[in-house]
Amino acid sequence: MNTPIRRLSVFAMLLFGALMLQLTWIQGFQAEAIREDPLNSRQYTERLTEQRGPIVIGDENVAFSTDISEEDEPARFQREYAGGTMYTPVVGSFRSYGASGIEYTENALLDGSDDRLAVRNFRDMITGREPEGARVELTIDPAVQEAGFKGFEQLGMNGAAVAIEPDTGAILGSVSYPSYDANDVVSITDITEAGENYVALENQEDQPLLNRALRERYAPGSTFKIVTAAAAIEHLDAGPDSTQDAPDNLSFNSGPNLPNATPGGTCNGGSPDTLAHSIQISCNTSFANWAIEMGGEALSEQATAFGFNPEEGEEFNVPLNVIPSLAPVESEDSILGRAGIGQSNVESTPLQMAMVAAGVANSGEVMHPYLVDSVRDADRSVVTQTSPEVYSQATSASTASMLKDMMVLVTGPDGSGPNAAIPGVDVAGKTGTAETGGELGTHNWFIGFAPADDPEIAVAVVIEHGGGSGGSLAAPIARQMMEAVVL
Amino acid sequence: MSTTAPEAPTALPPIQRRNAELVLIGITIVITMSAMAVSGLNLNGSIPGAMWGYGLIFGALALATHVALRFIAPYADPLILPCALFLNGIGVAMIWRLDAADSGDIEHAGVGMQLIWTAVGMVMCIALLFFLKEPRVLQRYTYISALAALILIALPMVPGLGVSEFGARRWIGIAGRTLQPSEFAKIALVIFLASYLVTKRQVLSLAARQIKIGRFKVMDLPRARDFMPMVVGWVAAIGLLVITKDLGTSLLLFGTFLAMLYVATQRSSWVIIGVSVFLGAAALAFQIFWHFRQRVDIWFYAFDPEVYGRLGGSEQLVKGQIGMAYGGVFGTGMGGGQAHRIFAADSDFILASLGEDLGLTGLMAILLVIFLLVQRGMRIALASRELFVKMLASGLAFVMCFQVFVVLGGLTRIIPLTGMTTPFLAAGGSALMSSWLMIGLLLRMSDNARRPAPQAIQDEGATQVIRR
Repeated sequence: MNTPIRRLSVFAMLLFGALMLQLTWIQGFQAEAIREDPLNSRQYTERLTEQRGPIVIGDENVAFSTDISEEDEPARFQREYAGGTMYTPVVGSFRSYGASGIEYTENALLDGSDDRLAVRNFRDMITGREPEGARVELTIDPAVQEAGFKGFEQLGMNGAAVAIEPDTGAILGSVSYPSYDANDVVSITDITEAGENYVALENQEDQPLLNRALRERYAPGSTFKIVTAAAAIEHLDAGPDSTQDAPDNLSFNSGPNLPNATPGGTCNGGSPDTLAHSIQISCNTSFANWAIEMGGEALSEQATAFGFNPEEGEEFNVPLNVIPSLAPVESEDSILGRAGIGQSNVESTPLQMAMVAAGVANSGEVMHPYLVDSVRDADRSVVTQTSPEVYSQATSASTASMLKDMMVLVTGPDGSGPNAAIPGVDVAGKTGTAETGGELGTHNWFIGFAPADDPEIAVAVVIEHGGGSGGSLAAPIARQMMEAVVL
Repeated sequence: MSTTAPEAPTALPPIQRRNAELVLIGITIVITMSAMAVSGLNLNGSIPGAMWGYGLIFGALALATHVALRFIAPYADPLILPCALFLNGIGVAMIWRLDAADSGDIEHAGVGMQLIWTAVGMVMCIALLFFLKEPRVLQRYTYISALAALILIALPMVPGLGVSEFGARRWIGIAGRTLQPSEFAKIALVIFLASYLVTKRQVLSLAARQIKIGRFKVMDLPRARDFMPMVVGWVAAIGLLVITKDLGTSLLLFGTFLAMLYVATQRSSWVIIGVSVFLGAAALAFQIFWHFRQRVDIWFYAFDPEVYGRLGGSEQLVKGQIGMAYGGVFGTGMGGGQAHRIFAADSDFILASLGEDLGLTGLMAILLVIFLLVQRGMRIALASRELFVKMLASGLAFVMCFQVFVVLGGLTRIIPLTGMTTPFLAAGGSALMSSWLMIGLLLRMSDNARRPAPQAIQDEGATQVIRR
C-alpha cells in the first residue's frame, strides 16, 4: 500500500505547488494590475489619509489636498479644486467612490503608488518623511482655456473647443461646455450630499459630466473639406487652381440630390470651381465631386493618416481616453459625396479636427496629442517629462503649404470665416456647418491655426446644435483662443 | 485485519525528541505574541495589553498539551504539535487583529471564543490520545462511522435545524450558535472509508479488462458488479451538492473518497472514472441550476463590472484579491492592511486576510507549514504497520491538504470559489475542534508507529527475535 500513499503525497505536493504558483502570479506579478483595476474602490476611499499630489496648470495648483483633521487626529485630506468649472473636464474629480479625468488616469502617480516613484518612496520610508504623491503638470495654457470657456459662457450654448500646439501636440486648451464644479462632488465630510450631487449631474439633460472635447463625436461638416482637399492634392495631383464640377444641385444615380448651401446656393455660378475658391466659400458640390473622383478608399485613407479610424486598442489616450473618430470607406456615390463634405458616416471628436488643423500647420506632420507635460515629485525633481512624438506624416510639406494658403483665404473678407481674422496676423481657417438630421439645429464648426506662416496654436471649436453658421458662432471663440497665444 | 505490510524499511526510528518539540512550541508562542504586538503597533502605535493575556493563555494551553503528550504519547511525531500550534496561534492573532481593526477598540477586541474553542479542541485531542490507545479499534465501527457521517452531513438539511446562509446550507443552529457538522463528518467519513476499503480492497482492485491504445495500456476497467461503492459515493456527493448547494464540502468529501479508493486499490482507473462522473454531474448542475452558473461566472469573469455588481456576485472575491494585491510580496505587516473590511475576513477569507498582512512571503510560510503537517501525516501512513492505520493516516492528511486547496484555490481562482474554513486558521468552533481531533488521531498513530516493539525476553534458547 506504500506506493499509492507515496503517489498521493506527490499529488498533495502538486496541489500545493499549484497554489504557490498561482499566489506568486497574483501577489507578485498581477498585484499592480489588480490594484489599478477600476473595481478597486480602495484606491479612492483609503487614499484620503494620504497626501495626494497636486495637479498644476500654468503655476497654479488646480487640484490639491488639504488636511482638514482636528489637532491630534490622524490626517484626513480633502481634495479641493481651484479655477472654477472650466478645468473640470480635464482635471476631473476625485470622489469617494470613483474618479475621472487626470485624477483617474494619473491616479497611481498622484497617490504615490506608481512604480516610477518607488525609489523616492523608499527614501521617504527610511528618512521617516511623510510620503507625498507626485505633482502632475499639464500642458493647458490658462489664457487659452479661459478664452474658450468664456466664449461658450457668453454664447450660452453647449459645445467643445480644443487647442493644440502644432509642432509638439501639447494640448493648450480643452473646453467642454457645460461643465460642473468638482468641489460639489468630492466632500469627504458630507459624502451623502456629494454622492447626491453627482447623481444629479448624471441625470442632468445637458450632460455636464460628458467631456465633449474628447468623448463626443459630431459630424464635422465642411471642416472635413480640408481632409478631402488634402486627399485630392495627394492622390489626384490637384492644386489650388485645379477645377472640379460645381453644379448648384448635384444629383446621383441613386439617393437624394446634394444642393449647395452657400449663400445664393451657387459656388461659381454653376461652372467648375477651383479648389482654392471651393475652400474659401465652402462649396459642397465641388467637394462631393472631388471625393467621388478619388474614391472612398483614398478619402478614408487620408482621414486615417490624420488620426481617424484608429485600430482597436490604438485609440488616443492623452492620457484621457479619446473615442475614435470615424471616416469609413464608402462606395455609393451619394454617400461618398456627402462624406467628402463631412456628412453621412463621417464623425469626429473636436480633438480630432484640431489635430487636422495642427497637422496642416505643422507641414503635414501630425503630433501625438498630450495633456501631461511633466510629473515631478514633492521636491520638484522631474519623474517623467513628456517628449513630443510624431503620430504620422499625414500629407507632404508642399500639400500642407498649399492647404494653408487656401485656408488663409477663408478668414479673408470674401471667405466664410472673417470673424476669425486677427488684425496684423494671418489666420488659416475653415468653417463648417453640419446637418444633424431631425429637428435639432446644425453643429457649427471652426478649425484653424495662427499665425499662418509660423503656427503657434491650432484650434477646433464646435457649437452643438448651434443652428447658425460656423463662421458666425464658432469662429469668434476660435479667434479669442488664438489671440490668447499670438497677440 | 492486522495484516502486516511488507515494506518494513519505511519504519520511523523510535526517537522521542520531545525537547525539540518544546523548543518549537516556544517559537510558535513567540510568533503568536509578536504577531499581536506588530498588529498593535500598526493599529494604534503601542504594544497591546491583550498580547500578554492572550499570549499567556495560548502559551499555557500549548505547554499543557505538550506535557500531556510526554506522558500519554511519548513517541508521537515531534513536528505535528508545533505545526498545529503555529497555525492555531497565527489564526488567533489574525482574528484578534481583524476584530480590533473592525471595532476600532484594540483593548477589547474579541478573540476569546476562538481561544475557548482552542482549549476545547486541545482537551478533545488529549482525551482522544488518552482513551484511544489502539486506532485499530475504530475499524470495528465501520458502519457506525458511515451512519455518523451521513447524519452529520444531513443535519443542515433538517428543516428547523439547518441554517442556510450565503447561498449554501452548511450550518445547524443550536442555542443561538451555529455549528458546522460537515467538519466532523469528514473525520467520520475517513474512518469509514479506511475500514471499509481495507476489507474490500482485494475485490475492488480486480480488473475485468484492459483498455489499450495500440500496445499501450491506458487503464484497467473494474468489474461492473464492483461499481456499487463508487455509485453510492457519487450519488451522495451529488445529492449533497444539489440539496445543500455546498460545492466545497461536496468536492472535499468526494475528492477524499477518490484518494482513499486509490490508496486502497492502487487503481488509477477508479480515479479517472470518479473524476469524469463528478465533472459530468457538475456540468449538468451548471446547466440546470442558476446558482452554479453564478459560481462559474464569478470564477471566470470576476473582474467584469457586471458580475461584480450582481447580488451575490464576485464582489467578495475581487475584494479578497485586491487585498492580496495590496499585500504584494512582503505584505502590509500585521494590522497594516484593510482586510477587516472584507466579508468573512476571519473565516472563509482568512487566507486572503493573511495574504494582505503578511504578503506572499507570509502566506508561503503558512502554506509550507500546512504542507509539512500533511507530509508528516503521509509519513505516518508509510511508517505504520497496519493497513487500516495507513488508510486512516493518509486519508486524514489528504483531507487537510485538499481542504486548503479548495479554499485557497477558490480565492486565487484556480477553481470556483466555495465557502469553506481553513484548518486551524479560520474562526469557528467546529473547524477548530475537528482539526484538533484529526491532530489527536495523527499523534496517536505516530506514537504507535514509532514506539519500539516490546522486547521479547532474550532467552539463551535457539530462537532469535528479529526486531522490525
